[in-house]
Amino acid sequence: MTLESGSIAIVGAAESELGQVAPGTTPTDLTAQGVVRALADCGLTLAEVDGLFAANTQQRFATMVLAEYLGIVPRYQDNTQIGGSSFMSHIAHAMAAIAQGLCEVAVIAYGSTQRSVSRAAASPREVHPYETPYNPFLPASAYALAAARHMYQYGTTREQLAEVAVAARQWALMNPQAWEKKPLSIAEVLGARMVSDPLTVRDCCLVTDGGGALVLTSAARARTLRKKPVYVLGVGETLSHAVISGMPDLTVTGAARSGPLAFAMAGLTPADVDVAMVYDAFTINTILFLEDLGFCAKGEGGAFVSGGGIAPGGRLPVNTNGGGLSYCHPGMYGLLLLIEAVRQVRGECGARQVPGCEVALAHGNGGVLSSQATVLLGSSPG
Amino acid sequence: MDRNGSDNTEPSQVQEGIDDFTGHDLKTASPLSTYQAHCRAGRLAYQVTADGRAVFHPRVAAPGSGEPLSWRISAGLGLVYSTTVVHPREGAPYNVALIDLDEGFRMMSRVEGIAPAAVAIGLRVQVRMVDEEDGIARPVFVAAEAP
Repeated sequence: MTLESGSIAIVGAAESELGQVAPGTTPTDLTAQGVVRALADCGLTLAEVDGLFAANTQQRFATMVLAEYLGIVPRYQDNTQIGGSSFMSHIAHAMAAIAQGLCEVAVIAYGSTQRSVSRAAASPREVHPYETPYNPFLPASAYALAAARHMYQYGTTREQLAEVAVAARQWALMNPQAWEKKPLSIAEVLGARMVSDPLTVRDCCLVTDGGGALVLTSAARARTLRKKPVYVLGVGETLSHAVISGMPDLTVTGAARSGPLAFAMAGLTPADVDVAMVYDAFTINTILFLEDLGFCAKGEGGAFVSGGGIAPGGRLPVNTNGGGLSYCHPGMYGLLLLIEAVRQVRGECGARQVPGCEVALAHGNGGVLSSQATVLLGSSPG
Repeated sequence: MDRNGSDNTEPSQVQEGIDDFTGHDLKTASPLSTYQAHCRAGRLAYQVTADGRAVFHPRVAAPGSGEPLSWRISAGLGLVYSTTVVHPREGAPYNVALIDLDEGFRMMSRVEGIAPAAVAIGLRVQVRMVDEEDGIARPVFVAAEAP
């Protein structure tokens, strides 16, 4: 069987507390808070949840921990952990599970206290005998290597990378939940502390606490619930490598496979997308993903983002919540991309709302450009 | 080490019984221990598939086919595929690079002997085996001598 576009919908979406949480807060406290809020968003109850999807760097057994904490006995569970894109992958798997009757009400949830406990503690580094001895500062150095190669092959500039950070900041200033509250200039990005050349600290995502949850069910049931359903129109996921020395071409990501899969399933093209939420752990990501997802040709991502191209008022609204660069980045950021995409389709985004938003793309990235997963959401089942 | 890059195969230097991990249990030798043994002897080892495709890092079976792999010794010459300078909060900046070896495999390493920021994509480099602080010999690279 193949997955059917529009067969399920996201009916509940909520962030947990974001930014920095109180001492002693656990990842599961945040995850559970997100679940309770997302259920309240749609009017379903914990007792109705029979499908549980989670992934966490601080908990190997994320679904087990959450099931115990909230008293859920799932008929179906999925602890797929492929980094920040895990939650897009969970959407695809939930689609299959709901279609097959393995569960009816699925929850996808995440929480991280990485700012409170430190990144080193939240995401312990795995030793790789052929990379670790050379001390790459991971993950930043891997993305820096991709950025350097993109600059070499296509003439992409540090100023163009900085455009991505500045656009994210401009969107963040319209989001009350965003971590960053002050304007940012290209000169400030270029002049910031260098982390791994060509990436400065302003080319790198935030390190925050945070989390959230989504509730999904069949399209038929979604139409009986409180909020306007946000239909899952297309999904695509792929793995291309694990470590950066194993990436075949540092200028082409797996988004070039996951994107077309999602668009084909949805029967849509990039021109149909009203808002693009792409995983901006580093500024080069946004450029790579806009190219690989088909918003512009390979090598033209730098020009695409130049002159405020993805800032408010630009050619395409990208990362309207302020992104991992300026809004929130709790280690694995993909779930927050999906939450913003849902809210844009619902029309709930206030000052940053994209007018008439009917189709939103959420693209997740995991590892060091290693896993890529794309989800297309829409106001109509298609 | 053969620096001509013509025929780098040195069967006499490949230990018996460790070129086919699929046929041997890993109690005898691991891909890593074999690689490191070569490094100690000053050789940069990699693997090839039956049809001659280079594979790195070393592993027990060929990606894509699962077939046995054979060891080869690299001439140690290649090009910088990408490069970065890491700026730690404490200590001096240092280079991390991806090197494309002439035999067709890529590895992470660093380029020494020139300023980290002077390491450029496309730079011709050659391997040098160094004994590191942990007592393990590892390949690093230096700018290649003019041919």
